[in-house]
Amino acid sequence: MKNILKSMVALLSILVAFTSCNNTSNQNAGALSGSAAEKVYVNPGEHDEFYAFISGGFSGQLSVYGLPSGRLFKVIPVFSQDAEKAYGYNEETKPMLNTSHGFVPWDDSHHPDISQTNGVIDGRWVFINGNNTPRIAKIDLSTFETTEIIEVPNSAGNHSSSFVTENTEYVVAGTRFSVPIPQKDMPIKDYKGNFKGALSFISVDPEHGHMDIKFQLIMPGFDYDLSHPGRGKSHGWFFFSTYNTEEASTLMEVNASQNDKDFIAAVNWKKIEEYVNNGGGTMMAANYAHNVYDESTHTATSTMKKEVLTVNPLDVPGAVYLMPTPKSPHGCDVDPTGEYIVGSGKLSANLTVHSFTKMLAAIENESFAGDAYGIPIIDFEASLAGVVEQPGLGPLHTEFDGKGNAYTTFFISSEVVKWKLGTWEVVDRQPCYYSVGHLMIPGGNSQKPFGKYVVAMNKITKDRYLPTGPEVTQSAQLYDISGDKMELLLDFPTVGEPHYAAGCPADLIKPRSKKLFKLEENNHPYATKNEADTKVVREGKDVHVYMTTIRSHFSPDNIEGIKVGDKVYFHITNLEQDYDVPHGVSMIGANTSELLIMPGQTETFVWEPKQVGVWPFYCTDFCSALHQEMQGYVRVSAANSSTPLRWSLGEDIE
Amino acid sequence: MRTTLKLMTILFTAILMNCGGKEEKKKEGFSYEKQETSTKKEVKKETSEPPSQQIDLTNKGIGPITSLTLNDAVDEKMAAHGAEVFKKLCTACHRADKKFIGPSPKGITERRTPEWIMNMILNPVEMTQKDPLAKALLMEFNGAPMANQSLSEEDARAVLEYFRTLK
Repeated sequence: MKNILKSMVALLSILVAFTSCNNTSNQNAGALSGSAAEKVYVNPGEHDEFYAFISGGFSGQLSVYGLPSGRLFKVIPVFSQDAEKAYGYNEETKPMLNTSHGFVPWDDSHHPDISQTNGVIDGRWVFINGNNTPRIAKIDLSTFETTEIIEVPNSAGNHSSSFVTENTEYVVAGTRFSVPIPQKDMPIKDYKGNFKGALSFISVDPEHGHMDIKFQLIMPGFDYDLSHPGRGKSHGWFFFSTYNTEEASTLMEVNASQNDKDFIAAVNWKKIEEYVNNGGGTMMAANYAHNVYDESTHTATSTMKKEVLTVNPLDVPGAVYLMPTPKSPHGCDVDPTGEYIVGSGKLSANLTVHSFTKMLAAIENESFAGDAYGIPIIDFEASLAGVVEQPGLGPLHTEFDGKGNAYTTFFISSEVVKWKLGTWEVVDRQPCYYSVGHLMIPGGNSQKPFGKYVVAMNKITKDRYLPTGPEVTQSAQLYDISGDKMELLLDFPTVGEPHYAAGCPADLIKPRSKKLFKLEENNHPYATKNEADTKVVREGKDVHVYMTTIRSHFSPDNIEGIKVGDKVYFHITNLEQDYDVPHGVSMIGANTSELLIMPGQTETFVWEPKQVGVWPFYCTDFCSALHQEMQGYVRVSAANSSTPLRWSLGEDIE
Repeated sequence: MRTTLKLMTILFTAILMNCGGKEEKKKEGFSYEKQETSTKKEVKKETSEPPSQQIDLTNKGIGPITSLTLNDAVDEKMAAHGAEVFKKLCTACHRADKKFIGPSPKGITERRTPEWIMNMILNPVEMTQKDPLAKALLMEFNGAPMANQSLSEEDARAVLEYFRTLK
């Protein structure tokens, strides 16, 4: 006991020592002062400085973390059903997952990007791409809910997505796999010259954020890997990395690595926009879903769109150029000034940096080295700003700190390398555990990065955490980049396989975060706004239950007159008007998930009773001291019975 | 630690012993300790009224309302609006004419200060944690919490006016 006391006193003094250190330490002292633990520790009840939105990879979702603590706050369901939140299970959100292929309950979510105004992150929305069945989703950062998904036709493996332009004029989605456009039955071996790659420019309404495909640029049949917008001086341009310029269709790991250089495609979207606004382009038949969630009706609708405007790059002279970039570049990252475009050739020993100014001059001087299907190829040397010589093996992705430094991940040598823009000298390197893919600096894809931390998202975890069988969590690592040297602060586990992430200061989002939905603004067609209006209505075999919840009862909580073979719709409105008082509900044997209904919200689940009996339902989210009492019964009679339809709360039915 | 163990053993034995008895008669349904409850209630009644019936015209409660004077005459327009708000946001737990999940507001203005009523509507969480009367009410009503329905001060005031019409 005494020993414990002693060690506690010792611990306390250490804590006190550290705390006082913190108070007196110079903010600019850099990475090496103070302990790592101190830098990531957020006092209980206090908030993190940054939000990090980390892609959920093959979970199809988007996870929300705090930085520097690495604490997980929420997994926002986007492309995959989520039984916890009834997303994709309740009647209201099922339409969100509708596509031209029918209901698709999963996708592979890749590259989140936060909306911007004047080149600076504004914290209104996050966009993220579904890679497998090409889709772009918009998440509203006042509710942290997916409010819109648009399918991208003529695309396959929607990978060079979903990056936004400086004023969120467009969210851009480029195809990874080229395909026949329009799709048709043809031999795979005839790929070369016949398959095409669609780069889609999806306009975003500045007011409500609604997405619409403005045009698709139909490019040669390369693989379009990643993309980034120009900014500042290069605003109006968009850059796409390509591989498989060989146009191979089999044994890609060999056949797509033959050319010494692939390309970064530079697209002058302003020019194409002008062309399109003046009636240019070809309207093409298509079939793709546009799913919009309406916050006032708490309901999504899915509309099938039947045409899309396509643009042949050859029809808009001066709009598209190709910049040769060694070997199969992955990242295609634009620095905060908009001058440098960094190509990370996966199989190259060096990093290639293009200059926007030199690119414009090369175009002006027609310093071309030929063309690909009529698109001018700029002479390699003409647009080259510099080369970072042998910084590591397997470069993937670069972000910037806004202080003239760039940070590139190296997959094969498993490290983050810091280097200087302009002099191209390597100034620091830190190992990653293990095999880093992408990295994120809050505000990294904007004119104004917040260069305090970098998060490295690793592909391989191995021994970093307690083992959990053959499958282990993905691992992220947080580095302090405020000083001259990077300092590893923290490992934290992530969901799915995170690809990109996007981050911003918490203050940008926190004040706008919604606490509840106002009951009076609930326009759900089946909303019940007070208990007096609760009812059960039979329409043939369909029965609609208008039910309410409040701590701690359902109204009605006794229902009779339901019959085997009925289709019972439970439309449940949560009457609570206080922060963080959702109610859940589930019905025995219902072939769906629970509902989790936020204050003021209405949600619906369907139950098709198959057996006679008296069947209970209950609240699934602990709501009060009387949560266990929050339950009810439905009496199910035989299909041919004459049990009258009755409902009640607080009295015996018979 | 030893003492705790000893105590627990004794307690456990006591529980076991209690469980030994068999139920004597088999009835339709059963009533467990109902008798006892009613005698308890009687005992309580002798000592004090339930909190919902107690009168306290000095306690102003805890919350945004510190001082409020009511006019002699009821503002009928305001009361009508209050009746609407009450119907929308309160009837899930309160019925004007009878005890439901929570107490009936009938006659409440004769038992409570206007400030206390307003604070109970506007600041129920803190009230049920700190105000002695609100705490006692929470227990009287089985621990069912008074929900914060996020009424505006104006709407809460209208509800209070409506309560004045419930006699």
